Amino acid sequence: MTNAMRRYGISLTTLVFFLLIFSDKCDSAFEYIDINNPFLRKIPIAVPFFKALSKQKTEVDLGKSGSQTAGETLAFTGFFKVMDRGAFLEDPQSAGIETAEILFKNWVAIGAELLITGGVNVRGDMVEMEFRLFDTFKGRLLVGKRYEGSVKDERKIVQQFCDEVIYALTGKRGIFNAKIAFVSNGTGNKEIYICDFNGTNPRQFTRNKAITLSPAWSSDGKWIAYTSYVKGKPDLFIHHLKENLNSKVDHEGLNITPAWHPQKMELAATLSFSGDQEIYLLTETGKIIKRLTHNNGIDVSPSWSPDGTRIAFVSKRSGTPQIYVQNIESNQVERVTYYGKHNTQPTWSPAGDRIAYTSMEKGETNIFSIGVNGKEPVQLTHNARDNESPSWSPDGNLIAFSSNREGNSRIYIMTAYGTDQRRLLTMPGEQSSPQWSPRIVNY
Amino acid sequence: MQKRMWVVFALVMIVPGLLFTVSCGKKKIASDPSSVTSGADVGKKGGEGKDSAAGKLSEEEMAKQKALEEQRRKEEEAKRKLTEEAKRKLTEEQARFENEDIYFEFDSSTLLPTAQEVLKKKVAYLKANPKINVVIEGHCDERGTNEYNLALGDRRAKSALSFLANLGVETSRMTAISYGEERPLDATHSEDAWAKNRRAHTVIE
Repeated sequence: MTNAMRRYGISLTTLVFFLLIFSDKCDSAFEYIDINNPFLRKIPIAVPFFKALSKQKTEVDLGKSGSQTAGETLAFTGFFKVMDRGAFLEDPQSAGIETAEILFKNWVAIGAELLITGGVNVRGDMVEMEFRLFDTFKGRLLVGKRYEGSVKDERKIVQQFCDEVIYALTGKRGIFNAKIAFVSNGTGNKEIYICDFNGTNPRQFTRNKAITLSPAWSSDGKWIAYTSYVKGKPDLFIHHLKENLNSKVDHEGLNITPAWHPQKMELAATLSFSGDQEIYLLTETGKIIKRLTHNNGIDVSPSWSPDGTRIAFVSKRSGTPQIYVQNIESNQVERVTYYGKHNTQPTWSPAGDRIAYTSMEKGETNIFSIGVNGKEPVQLTHNARDNESPSWSPDGNLIAFSSNREGNSRIYIMTAYGTDQRRLLTMPGEQSSPQWSPRIVNY
Repeated sequence: MQKRMWVVFALVMIVPGLLFTVSCGKKKIASDPSSVTSGADVGKKGGEGKDSAAGKLSEEEMAKQKALEEQRRKEEEAKRKLTEEAKRKLTEEQARFENEDIYFEFDSSTLLPTAQEVLKKKVAYLKANPKINVVIEGHCDERGTNEYNLALGDRRAKSALSFLANLGVETSRMTAISYGEERPLDATHSEDAWAKNRRAHTVIE
């Protein structure tokens, strides 16, 4: 295991970033976004076109596309209302992008509480981009960064700065380097695909030409485990994202619902070779370490607590499928859900305080979240047919899920409070089982 | 009405034609040198009349041979039909064995009395065909989530398997595979479809 960790511990960065923190004193500004419900009030933010610093045509173009990317990227989080550029009173192309050059009252007047200015300087294939985030009321710089990279990586550079914006405002890193794995049957078989955090750039990951289900990311973002019928029965496969490394778990019966430990290279999964569906702890190559559940009846769908001490899972031990939590060391089990007769697909929030799950009632399937102690169940989807497979974004602010609200099953995104529900992507066939990766994945 | 007219017309055209052919055949036989070798000798002794008698005799022989041929053909046909029938019966039996699914109630893997009756028939078939191995597939309707349904399908397949095992079918001849809700028989969204999809299906390996 240590070998494997050493082997993949060094991540390769495709970009060379030139990072410079401006000398202005930056306020740490975590109070901007209310952590109790960050989506209750969207912060109006202005992102004017970035300034072409040496007036080249390519700089103007990059300035436009870059500011658009920044607006879309920030809007995706659900925290912001990106303001219409038509309403702006000031043009940073002429006025300037630094603190002393900005007339903040022009931004306050149109209701912008935050302002992002940017500058673009192209030299050959390379681009230097500088960005500043301002509090318009205080007229103060909150964060300033300068990056250098290849022109074709402009999007990544802009997203890198957006990550800094989120960090400055919330104290937590963003999700813009994260990916989403999901299942799509566009080829005629269910296969696993991977797209960027915002649904762009979907790529087919498995080509099993057989039912393939339940993608699960390892905590280092380098492995994906999944179930496939490629050998005619539901076996578990553990694949490296980039290299041709893989393991297989193919006991008799079920080998399903993999869930990686949040720190160790181990996973929990459901096997039924004993005749009963039980959850086991496996090594990264699929060897059984120990059996976790001991109950005659269905035990399935484990999800780890962020500290790795407990799993949430589905059990039918009380007669209907309900969510339970079990301590891995003491084996102590507590029932979490009491409301509803069919509660499945638990997923533990990254903050550790809540569990999202799927509840079926009166012919409709909806996503709920509930305190780990079983208190405060909140229904997140309403009157929109079937909504399944919740998955928390690594910062805990968004939940991806699948829904057939518009006919075919598609992947949707909402905030952790159920607001801003929108489709993530449209592609041939039907999509299901979205799984957010850890915060950084190189794929 | 028109059809009958056509049949009559056809008969009118064909029957004389056949007669013509037959008479032609007769003439040929008479003048055929090889078949007339013996007939010619007889003809030498008996003249014209005897020659025609010889023709009649070969006609009788022909009739006899024709009858024999006809019988042989009939026997062959009967034999063919018999093996076909047996084959058809066998595939029918096999198809019935494979296609007779057992059904479950929602979120349940308990074997209903009707399911048990079907499984008893399967036991008889498996005992009569000891060389056959089977896969028992467990399926679910689309309600409930995919992963839970994989577990439920596993339980359905396993409860059918243990029922068969308890009635004496060797477990080494049976494999349980769950398909959860991945392979519905009826992909529509109705009570009827769901009832059809909550099943255990047996496939001969």
